[in-house]
Amino acid sequence: MLNKLYDWVDERLDITPIWRDIADHEVPEHVNPAHHFSAFVYCFGGLTFFITVIQILSGMFLTMYYVPDIENAWQSVYYLQNEVAFGEIVRGMHHWGASLVVVMIFLHTLRVFFTGSYKKPRELNWVVGVMLFGVILGLSFTGYLLPWDMKALFATKVGIEIAASVPVIGETIKILLAGDSTILGAQTLTRFFAIHVFFLPAALLGLLAAHFIMIRRQGISGPL
Amino acid sequence: MHRGKGMKFVGDSRVPSKEFRKPNIPKDYSEYPGKTEAFWPNFLLKEWMIGSVFLIGYLLLTVAHPSPLEGQADPTDTAYIPLPDWYFLFLYQLLKYEFASGPFNIVGAIIMPGLAFGALMLAPFLDRGPERRPSKRPLPTGFMLLAVASIVFLTWESVANHDWEAAARQGEITEEVEIDTADPGYEIYSASACISCHGDNLEGAVGPSLIGTGLSPEEIAEIAVNGIEDGGTQLMPPSWDGTDEDLQVMTEFIAGLEAE
Repeated sequence: MLNKLYDWVDERLDITPIWRDIADHEVPEHVNPAHHFSAFVYCFGGLTFFITVIQILSGMFLTMYYVPDIENAWQSVYYLQNEVAFGEIVRGMHHWGASLVVVMIFLHTLRVFFTGSYKKPRELNWVVGVMLFGVILGLSFTGYLLPWDMKALFATKVGIEIAASVPVIGETIKILLAGDSTILGAQTLTRFFAIHVFFLPAALLGLLAAHFIMIRRQGISGPL
Repeated sequence: MHRGKGMKFVGDSRVPSKEFRKPNIPKDYSEYPGKTEAFWPNFLLKEWMIGSVFLIGYLLLTVAHPSPLEGQADPTDTAYIPLPDWYFLFLYQLLKYEFASGPFNIVGAIIMPGLAFGALMLAPFLDRGPERRPSKRPLPTGFMLLAVASIVFLTWESVANHDWEAAARQGEITEEVEIDTADPGYEIYSASACISCHGDNLEGAVGPSLIGTGLSPEEIAEIAVNGIEDGGTQLMPPSWDGTDEDLQVMTEFIAGLEAE
């Protein structure tokens, strides 16, 4: 039955090559921790992706309760944390996941750097990877404000002041992020929410797709 | 094989004409050297086992340490000492040094992080040699080790210099409760020395808030009479000089204050 369904789709769309790209390929010995334990350093990229998936899922559930406005944001997070069944777990996973994903992407970057895997022909994939690092830091920065508690507000204030000290375009960046040249308030919260939930995840998914397509095109770099 | 521009297609579709078609059948597994393994399903299963172990650690962390939530944001509180999340601490610490703050703020805020991030992004174009072993490329390896060491050092300095107790105190969720000012307990409270440190609504001022302390009336009475001493420093002086009857009424009033 499943085979027939597959054949029916394959006959029309020729999906076998896609399937081969995703799943039906060889994993070389030097990246397989079952053969060389030290190859666990090749797991960091996969774990980064794993946490990213958890972040997306837990974030989707958080938005079922979260309200992005200054009157209710803190109240909704407080309610989520203390009243909603498993709310503390879902928020906890999103909170700790944000830290873990930074740790994992940092380790993954170091692995790629020290094995010299960014060398020809993989330069473009490295550039995309560094952009992904930037996007993840952007997600961390914007997500930190959303609970609208004291530490969030004042950390964001400092962050925006740093952005404003960029010569020439600093003021524009500040207004773009905060929604106002002096006030950090209702506008800032909704903007950070939009950036955190729509703009950056869109960029993240696009860059991730590019990252994965490139690695399937070029294969993993050979042993040292 | 011809690729890119000049490729011939079948009609105007995106399917290349036969002689340009890339064979999409991968090499036979036996053509790979060493102990290779099929990604699907063998290797993916092992990867998932590593993922499961990781997930258990992750969940234990989540359960053991509930994510923090401080009091609701209050932009009028100018005394609050800000602190970014831990992965930005190194940058925050950098901006505290003389050569990177005040008139040189641009050095710490833009030039140094910009150079570091730019160099990271352009690493493949700066380090173009064919060597891949870290020991054979001393400059990239050295710069990266230096960068990692600086990040660790700056984060360490930032954590060591931060007053964590003050940070925990300033972030506390202040619990609101309706104070019945007609209560005889409150009248005794407002007439005593207590009110000068613990505030008109027992919300705390110099001393901490007295709402939802979780203490029994006897424990509160003991503190009011004897004060609090910790390792030789007097955190609260002995304050009560009224009658025992009044003390009992007041401590029962305070012990009965629970946050909503």
